[in-house]
Amino acid sequence: MRFTLHIWRQENARAKGHFETYPIDNISAECSFLEMLDILNERLINDRIAHPVCFDNDCREGICGMCGLYINGRPHGNDDGITTCQLHMRKFNDGDDIWIEPWRAKVFPIIRDLVVDRSAFDKIIQAGGYISTTTGGVPDANTIPIPKHNADMAMDAASCIGCGACVAACKNASAMLFVGAKISHLALLPQGQIEAADRVKNMVAKMDELGFGSCTNTYACEAECPKLIKRQNISRLNRQWLGSLFGRDRKE
Amino acid sequence: MNLDSKIPAGPLAEKWTNYKASQKLVNPANKRKLDIIVVGTGLAGASAAASLGAMGFNVDIFCIQDSPRRAHSIAAQGGINAAKNYQNDGDSVERLFRDTIKGGDYRAREANVYRLAEVSGAIIDQCVAQGVPFARDYGGLLDNRSFGGAQVSRTFYAKGQTGQQLLLGAYGALSREIARGTVHFHERREMMDLVLVDGRARGIIVRNLVTGDLERYAAHAVVLATGGYGNLYYLSTNAMNSNGSAAWVCHRKGAAFANPCYVQIHPTCIPVHGDYQSKLTLMSESLRNDGRIWVPKKKEDAEAIRTGKLKPTDISEANRDYYLERRYPAFGNLVPRDVASRAAKERCDAGYGVGTGYAVYLDFADAIRRLGRDTIEEKYGNLFQMYQKITDENPYETPMMIYPAIHYTMGGLWVDYELQTTIPGLFAAGEANFSDHGANRLGASALMQGLADGYFVLPYTLQNYLADQINVGKISSTAPEFDAAEEAVRQRIENLLKNAALRQAQEPSNMQTVDHFHKALGKIMWEYCGMARNTESLTKAKQLVAELEDEFWKSVYVPGAVNEMNPELEKACRLEDYFELAQLVIADALHREESCGGHFRTEHQTADGETLRDDEHFMYVAAWEYQGHGQPETMEKEPLNYEHIQIATRNYK
Repeated sequence: MRFTLHIWRQENARAKGHFETYPIDNISAECSFLEMLDILNERLINDRIAHPVCFDNDCREGICGMCGLYINGRPHGNDDGITTCQLHMRKFNDGDDIWIEPWRAKVFPIIRDLVVDRSAFDKIIQAGGYISTTTGGVPDANTIPIPKHNADMAMDAASCIGCGACVAACKNASAMLFVGAKISHLALLPQGQIEAADRVKNMVAKMDELGFGSCTNTYACEAECPKLIKRQNISRLNRQWLGSLFGRDRKE
Repeated sequence: MNLDSKIPAGPLAEKWTNYKASQKLVNPANKRKLDIIVVGTGLAGASAAASLGAMGFNVDIFCIQDSPRRAHSIAAQGGINAAKNYQNDGDSVERLFRDTIKGGDYRAREANVYRLAEVSGAIIDQCVAQGVPFARDYGGLLDNRSFGGAQVSRTFYAKGQTGQQLLLGAYGALSREIARGTVHFHERREMMDLVLVDGRARGIIVRNLVTGDLERYAAHAVVLATGGYGNLYYLSTNAMNSNGSAAWVCHRKGAAFANPCYVQIHPTCIPVHGDYQSKLTLMSESLRNDGRIWVPKKKEDAEAIRTGKLKPTDISEANRDYYLERRYPAFGNLVPRDVASRAAKERCDAGYGVGTGYAVYLDFADAIRRLGRDTIEEKYGNLFQMYQKITDENPYETPMMIYPAIHYTMGGLWVDYELQTTIPGLFAAGEANFSDHGANRLGASALMQGLADGYFVLPYTLQNYLADQINVGKISSTAPEFDAAEEAVRQRIENLLKNAALRQAQEPSNMQTVDHFHKALGKIMWEYCGMARNTESLTKAKQLVAELEDEFWKSVYVPGAVNEMNPELEKACRLEDYFELAQLVIADALHREESCGGHFRTEHQTADGETLRDDEHFMYVAAWEYQGHGQPETMEKEPLNYEHIQIATRNYK
């Protein structure tokens, strides 16, 4: 297959970025999108055309959350329920123009080319996205029965990979789906109840402080989430947050 | 080299208890004066750092990725073993211990494995307390499934994403400590060297992968939790950034490397399909609970399938060879990984392979008929989706095609009972060490070992080491040893770039990329030091790797500069280490004149093609010592003394 690639190039965080066009041919339909970029880089190096294109990637099986490209206007490209590394070239037509950009969000500043800084997500989790346990001294696992339905819903919410597609897809760069997923995962489990009110207040405050926008209620995040995290998690986040305002503060 | 394994005295079941009762402790006020470096944020690294931070130690943790949550433990699918006996099916600490020793073909250290089995239950308790959403039954209690090499159901799981959920649990605990200020997190850093002061590990040199700057960090102890070296083979189930370099630089500085030839080849991976391929994707071992593995009974059917004239569904039941069920009736499709991998290779080499000829079927038709499509979807839905996205085939309707691939390395840095390497103050945890899996790891035991090391072993043993380090005072990173180590790294990097730049000016048309050489190295290793090895193939591999390394130094081209984000430079540094590591793997495989677990020497096999051990001559750990670039390494033996277990021939029939 043959494609014309338009790729965002930017030397570093301070430099001015621009699109570069690279034609590429002789690509197998079975090739994954990132393997296609590997081939491009090999050619850029061998023909001394340019510095190879930098892009984040690691597991290449859709679970680490490292890769994330805006492809023809969609985070992770034109297929549902997958990450960029799982996208295959058979999803494109021979001769297509492909526009490749980094995540577009002020809270995810560009480091180089298609690589962005997502440390804001870690900071939100550090604000309370966990159950406070120290190692040891916990009860036997089966002393905490959890209804299967709740455990399954918690698992669905917990399958978020933190790739940032939800933020990149949102015109407000809102992190509501990411935060909602973590809040839901823990709120659905009995172990998570004790810190629930503080957790939601602190995580939402941190999210606002870091500059993520508010929810647009258009749910582009849900449409583009590679792990199909549902928008109901945002509703649960809102309920938890409202509840925390009326509940008794643990600090009192 | 001091290979004292420091196994505590007493009966096997009391060793760990005795150790804990008599180890040295550090009082809470002193803990914050002691600095610990942890390299790697996978299950072992994150759980160790979180536990040590919560205890009050001052921890610095480093990872290659942009967030601790991305370490490759996240990709583990099937589950984690624990001797909880929740299913009332006869499990116990003793049983898990015995299965693990047997699965490892009697080449693991008894005391370490027993401790692993002993703390396994506490891991599950810890994870549930953290909110890990393990699968549950309708009564709300925890569910289990079976994995290879066991006749009980002791594997806890969270859909096909168990590694992800366990890692996110440890990441949560780690995030809490980062917020509390006990752990300091450093992202996008790669360890380039270990710094020794007076023979002890006292710090590391890292490269900042964003700016290219070299940075130095000092501490009282260093924990290496940097995973395995499977990417030596280029194509593996490891992540692209997984590499063996951190362990290798420690080896260069004097840490012994144990059993490097024990490499695990996982039987169920999506087969290779093209030269451009960058990695292989695992299909979880848990699929063998319900999937049946087969190839056509007749060669002509296999041929017809390969040329597209027949579909797998056209082959009648009578004409299918369920070769694992045929050869191993007791364990069937759930034999250990090394056994299943060799059996697949045997069938394909004999001409019964499907697809490209190097693939077999993993078929769910029976299970779907028996349990219904919904149940199968609930159990394995995400794996089926993953398969379909990669291959464009629907595994609900046509059997999956699978073939073995490099997956895990049992070999690693030699450690004693305390997980300390031969360098005082340098500890190794998880896949980076060699200690618990012998010559073959059982499925769902990697997660168990990573978390056991991090949550329940290092917090004790590291404390024992640090107890007499309080008087040393703060370690300074301005010491001359740090200057020298940093300078050596700088020269090494500049050499790679300078050489390339010089040669580019001379003959630009002869230059090749780093990946070109890495792929070539992987092919040599897979072909001659892979699933089956012999003196001839290994001797050939040794020579080919040496030639390839020469070629690398003559014609590798590394673009870009030192002080910028430069992935090609990162890969070049790692490949430089892989050349040495490859030679060690080959040397170890050559010297071990027996077959055991994942190490299969074709000269040493039974009449029906099973591994043939030589306990009389090879019941030991081979610990290798670095002697300089291009020099053969020297080997010392740590004898394996089995006091508790009855040595037997591994039999899964």
